[in-house]
Amino acid sequence: MLTLLHWAALSPFIAAVLIPFLYKYLKRIHTGWFVLILPLVLFVYFLSFIPRTSSGEVILNNLNWVPSLGINFDIYLDGLSLLFALLITGIGALVVLYSIYYLSKRKEKLNNFYVYLLMFMGAMLGVILSDNLIVIYVFWEVTSIASSLLISYWYTREKSIYGAQKSMFITVFGGLSMLGGFSLLYVIAGTFSIRELIANADMIMASSLFIPAMILVLLGAFTKSAQFPFHIWLPDAMEAPTPVSAYLHSATMVKAGIYLVARLTGVFGGVPEWFWIITTVGLVTLIWGSVSAVRQKDLKGILAYSTVSQLGMIMSLLGTGSAAFYFQNGDNALYMTAILAAVFHLINHATFKGSLFMAAGIIDHETGTRDIRKLGGLMTVMPITATISLIGLASMAGLPPFNGFLSKELFLTGMLNVTEYGIFNLETLGIIIPVIAWIASVFTFLYCILMFTRTFMGDLNLSKLKVKHVHEAPVGMLISPIILAALVIVFGLFPNLLAYSIIEPAMAAIAPGIISPGEVFDVHISHWHGFTPELFMTIGIIILGVLLFITFKKWENSAFYRGERDIFNSVYDSGYNGLIAGSKWITRIQMTGRLRDYFIYMSIFIIFILAYTMYHYNLPAIQSLDLSPVPIYMWLILLVFVGSVVIIPFINNRIALIIATSVSGFIVALLFVLFRAPDLALTQLLIESVSVILFMLVFYHLPKLKKVKTPPKMKIVKLIVSIGFGLMITLGSLSAFSMGQDTDFSSISEYYTENSKEEAGGYNIVNVILVDFRGMDTMLEILVVSMAVLTVVSLIKLRFKGSEDI
Amino acid sequence: MELIMAIVIGIIFSVTIYLFMSKNLLRVVAATLLLSHGVHLLLLTMSGLQRGASPILSFDAEAYTDPLPQALVLTAIVISFGVTAILLVMAYRTYKVHKTDDLENLRGSADE
Repeated sequence: MLTLLHWAALSPFIAAVLIPFLYKYLKRIHTGWFVLILPLVLFVYFLSFIPRTSSGEVILNNLNWVPSLGINFDIYLDGLSLLFALLITGIGALVVLYSIYYLSKRKEKLNNFYVYLLMFMGAMLGVILSDNLIVIYVFWEVTSIASSLLISYWYTREKSIYGAQKSMFITVFGGLSMLGGFSLLYVIAGTFSIRELIANADMIMASSLFIPAMILVLLGAFTKSAQFPFHIWLPDAMEAPTPVSAYLHSATMVKAGIYLVARLTGVFGGVPEWFWIITTVGLVTLIWGSVSAVRQKDLKGILAYSTVSQLGMIMSLLGTGSAAFYFQNGDNALYMTAILAAVFHLINHATFKGSLFMAAGIIDHETGTRDIRKLGGLMTVMPITATISLIGLASMAGLPPFNGFLSKELFLTGMLNVTEYGIFNLETLGIIIPVIAWIASVFTFLYCILMFTRTFMGDLNLSKLKVKHVHEAPVGMLISPIILAALVIVFGLFPNLLAYSIIEPAMAAIAPGIISPGEVFDVHISHWHGFTPELFMTIGIIILGVLLFITFKKWENSAFYRGERDIFNSVYDSGYNGLIAGSKWITRIQMTGRLRDYFIYMSIFIIFILAYTMYHYNLPAIQSLDLSPVPIYMWLILLVFVGSVVIIPFINNRIALIIATSVSGFIVALLFVLFRAPDLALTQLLIESVSVILFMLVFYHLPKLKKVKTPPKMKIVKLIVSIGFGLMITLGSLSAFSMGQDTDFSSISEYYTENSKEEAGGYNIVNVILVDFRGMDTMLEILVVSMAVLTVVSLIKLRFKGSEDI
Repeated sequence: MELIMAIVIGIIFSVTIYLFMSKNLLRVVAATLLLSHGVHLLLLTMSGLQRGASPILSFDAEAYTDPLPQALVLTAIVISFGVTAILLVMAYRTYKVHKTDDLENLRGSADE
């Protein structure tokens, strides 16, 4: 039955249908205002679930879709789904509000924009609310499509199209791999339901398909969440309008992969492969993203790589957190810290990254550029934007008292904890993990400082800007980033607001079965936790970051800083071009357009198929051949026949060619006579005569046969192929003949011989078969001849006068 | 008899395939004619040759030649004649329009 939650997940799609009408008939009001209502209502609706989920309750509403295949649109709402639902609807509402001021009512095609956006919102809600893997996959691909549509929103720009295509290829590649993984899970466990998969986790782990399923599912998650090396689509997706970047490419869609990993931790968690793959990929993404972000000159480019880096951080936390499953009963609190950090940072990242994107959008909107080499000194001109950016960047860098500080401390704690227990070879390799995390944090700190100082400090250089009167953005545009920045501060000062209402239920959902029912995880987030290693690491990050910033002038001109594009882009580009060139090449070498070549392919294929079959079934060893006797005159006839046939390829005169062909035809008629087939002989004679006449008629209009010089190599190929083909026919027919004699079946012809007179009243058995027993064949054969006549007539008569036809 | 016929049919097929690979349109059309001869003879040979009288009841023989393959071949002859006629006329039109019968020059349009 469709419940209210189902309607909630589907409502954006319904709204999307209405948008074009609203846009067309209510031109005076910005379409965004109508859209805004929906996420607001949904947000409030989802807020009402907090009391239920925080008490450990989960909501499950079944709706059969394709029950015979186990595909049902079952809604499953627990702490994790609710967290994502709140992010999607909450930030969705803010983004719609922002877009109302960002996109002009007059210049932009708002109907397209909001249809795509609502499509995306609905798909995202579908992904996080579904319990069924196939339903998740369906919505997952809709998010990919909606995302590509939004990236190419300004579809006349070449870069937008490039970015959209790239993101489509990469995420759809991942999506299809994920579908494969889901199918394997179904093969193992016989269900698509995540709840039932988690219940059968032991059985799944024991299966030999466990590792392939895991890798395929992870490919889906990694491509969607822009993990190394699939992160390259995200920076190119920055060609989308800024509200889209803020919504899709920082807060929601890129977290779909995170969601999937978190959701399936209950199925896969606890094995070393899962732990190592996710942790490693997450950490590499973290450091690669933060180092690349430093090199960017474009505000959105910096934010894109920083998103990549932060997603890597969350991913690595989920990876280390999965070690909690290793200790089914024992002490897992240390690893749960990592999951806590992941969930908390997920929320924090959505808030500060959303506000930063919006601030970058404001700067772009007011100055006309996002290039940090052209910007500068905007602090006094745009004080509110500067403040918002400062809060966001400080939070991202991990400075107190903002929420980023708290989650970064938890992150460092989680990474340090990894080495505590000697599992999964962690005692030796594990020490690298906190080191990488620390270095990446230094770079994070550096690009945050760089972004702020380059944009807001220094002198305002108006000569480099297109817009001459730079001023603060309109109030409406500032509302959304202010709300997000306020949340950054509120969550920073009062983190425990979230602790047991949202974070703890989400942790319980990520790690099901770790605690006994009724218990709760201990969520304790505080600013001051004593002189711990984490604190010194944070101090080290700040000191080193500042040092790097001071010496920045020295390495500003280095090749490292100037090389902006990721090297993996060239891998992607050359791979893409290589694929096209390769398939062109393959097509060109075989599709020559020569009839001869195609005949060679076909003949060789047929020869090999026949030869292999005969070899495989020992057929050339023809056992018993019951041959009929050969009369002496037969030799002579066959000699003439073979002679007239074999001479044809050597003839270079068209009359001689026609004569040789017809000689062979008349000998066939003679053979029919000798083989006791009078009707055949008659028909063959008649038809051969008509054919000769036809040939003669045509030959007058055809050119003289030229002696064709074939290269000797080609001649050998032709000879081998044609002789091989003839040999195969001979051998094949002989084996068929001997096999036919070996069987016990008698021919159906006896029936015709016996009943020709009794049943049909005819003496000529062949004719009776043709018109009586098997009359249908004859009727259709007449049809064929009539069609041939019509074709011949129209081929001769019709003259077309088009450019294509003649 | 069947053994010799099988060899003869193999030769016909060899020549057919060889002709199909030639550059000249008329040779390709001749090849289709030969191909149909080969197939018709093959059909007859497979049912056994010269075993009994012609399949006409009034001959009062003890055994008759298998009538079914003959009916099949009769149908096949007519159909292959139709096809040959179309091919011939198409060769004629092709030459009229393109002024060549060289298959090497008849390789589709340039933008393919």
